[in-house]
Amino acid sequence: MTSIMEIERLNLHYGEFHALKNMKLDIPKQTVTAFIGPSGCGKSTFLRTLNRMNDLVPGVQIDGSVKLDGQDIYSDDTDVETLRKRVGMVFQQPNPFPKSIFDNVAYGPRLHGIKDKARLNEIVERSLRGASLWEEVKDLLNKSALSLSGGQQQRLCIARALAVEPDVLLMDEATSALDPISTLKIEELVRELKKDYTIVMVTHNMHQAARVSDRTAFFLNGELVETDDTEKLFSNPVDSRTEDYITGRFG
Amino acid sequence: MKLSNKTVDRIATAVFYFFAFLIIVLLAGLIGFILFRGIGHLSFDFLTSPPETFKTGGGIGPQLFNSLFLLVLTMLITVPLGIGAGIYMAEYSKPGKFTDFIRLVVEVLSSFPSIVVGLFGLLVFVNYFDLEFSLLAGALALTVFNLPLMVRITEQGIRGVPREQKEAGLALGLTRWKTITKVMLPVALPTILTGTILAAGRVFGEAAALLFTAGMSSPRLDFTDWNPFSPVSPLNPLRPAETLAVHIWKINSEGIAPDAAQIAAGASAVLIITVLLFNLGSRWLGRYLYRKLTASR
Ligand SMILES: Nc1ncnc2c1ncn2[C@@H]1O[C@H](COP(=O)(O)OP(=O)(O)OP(=O)(O)O)[C@@H](O)[C@H]1O
Ligand SMILES: [Mg+2]
Repeated sequence: MTSIMEIERLNLHYGEFHALKNMKLDIPKQTVTAFIGPSGCGKSTFLRTLNRMNDLVPGVQIDGSVKLDGQDIYSDDTDVETLRKRVGMVFQQPNPFPKSIFDNVAYGPRLHGIKDKARLNEIVERSLRGASLWEEVKDLLNKSALSLSGGQQQRLCIARALAVEPDVLLMDEATSALDPISTLKIEELVRELKKDYTIVMVTHNMHQAARVSDRTAFFLNGELVETDDTEKLFSNPVDSRTEDYITGRFG
Repeated sequence: MKLSNKTVDRIATAVFYFFAFLIIVLLAGLIGFILFRGIGHLSFDFLTSPPETFKTGGGIGPQLFNSLFLLVLTMLITVPLGIGAGIYMAEYSKPGKFTDFIRLVVEVLSSFPSIVVGLFGLLVFVNYFDLEFSLLAGALALTVFNLPLMVRITEQGIRGVPREQKEAGLALGLTRWKTITKVMLPVALPTILTGTILAAGRVFGEAAALLFTAGMSSPRLDFTDWNPFSPVSPLNPLRPAETLAVHIWKINSEGIAPDAAQIAAGASAVLIITVLLFNLGSRWLGRYLYRKLTASR
């Protein structure tokens, strides 16, 4: 299977603190990769190196190579905005803009220069369908996004990310603020989305990783301990620390 | 004697209520007194006709116009500068000596006594830059203490935008500038606008800073001449202009018209009503904009 992203010798420091230690990971195209591990082990930090959101943190230092389709995204000739269009992100707390549902989804395309009304309508519908939200909101497109439920807001955020046509979608504990039913809906959606997108998700919930991901990476204290096919990692881990974690002996 | 927590709580509550009550009574009394004295004098004629020096029946038309025009001029200067600098302080400035220094300057400027700002305006704008007593010199003097306020309002507004909103913008591949202008500014707008209108109220009521900058007299204005370069045009920014607040001060101290006291009372009522309108208006607009921008019904 071809990899869309390849990460090698990745080290990240927050000031003096060594948050990511010499990590290596391949992310195969059109799969779901899950990051698991105890709190504070560096999952979010790693995820945010993939679309350079860590650039915002003062005093951060990143070394190593992170490639998207063979291009190093930290090289000087990388355009960060183009990168972030290709690598979209969904956050832990649903964070729709305080605007209408339509405007939320149309935001990215509009600011990237699409003015044509018909074209925008088409993008909004396609993105909302892609996020399995269309049927629920098609008659409320002008209502405030804030009037939606938490689960709907999160799917709206997914639709907003899809609207700029990314290749990779990063999700940082995107269901942890949601109720079980909304969570299941999003899990179902993720399985659907991997037909067209590559998904990398952080989760605190091992069952979720087992349910939806193809590959799982186990993080511990800034180290990437083990990466494998999900089934294999959960049934037959190589590293004893992985086994301890998935059998619930710590974390 | 040891008081129980409950008793302490009750006493503290009573004390706070008392002070809150005192402040309300004080405010209501003050406003009530000024309105009571002045409101009988208000009429359309009073608001539109020019003042008289020796006779009764003078109005405050030109002064009212001057106050409003000066406000517009000042805001035209301070709003863009203040918002620009506020964005810089909130989003671009790196923590360090330079930023701390700017912050210090802003704080000091905004706490200057306005009479000092007026004298500064006299020395710099009126004399050195040779603007003479003029609306422009007045507007520049008002800028000196309004600009820091605008910077602070904008900075606070922008900093108040939740981090999630900013990250949402950046994660869509928007540039930093677009994230600021298209994501963060709209969210901060109600805060910024509310603050701006409050600042406008302060500008409108200012007198001391204008005595030696905009001046204490107005030329005979021709309200049919709207060419800003004509010396008798109300729109000419280089003409001297006595504002409402300055006018009140002047007739109170040296007015010789027989009805000077009533005119001062009437003008004070107009001033207070206008400032109140600014305050209420800013609240209303802030709420309205918030509802409108968030499309929440
Ligand atoms: N901006 C920052 N500055 C300094 N240290 C940070 C920063 N962000 C994270 N860290 C530290 O880096 C480590 C990894 O944090 P990270 O958020 O990646 O963990 P995580 O695995 O996502 O945890 P959680 O499951 O709780 O979300 C933690 O020790 C954290 O304290
Ligand atoms: Mg995290």
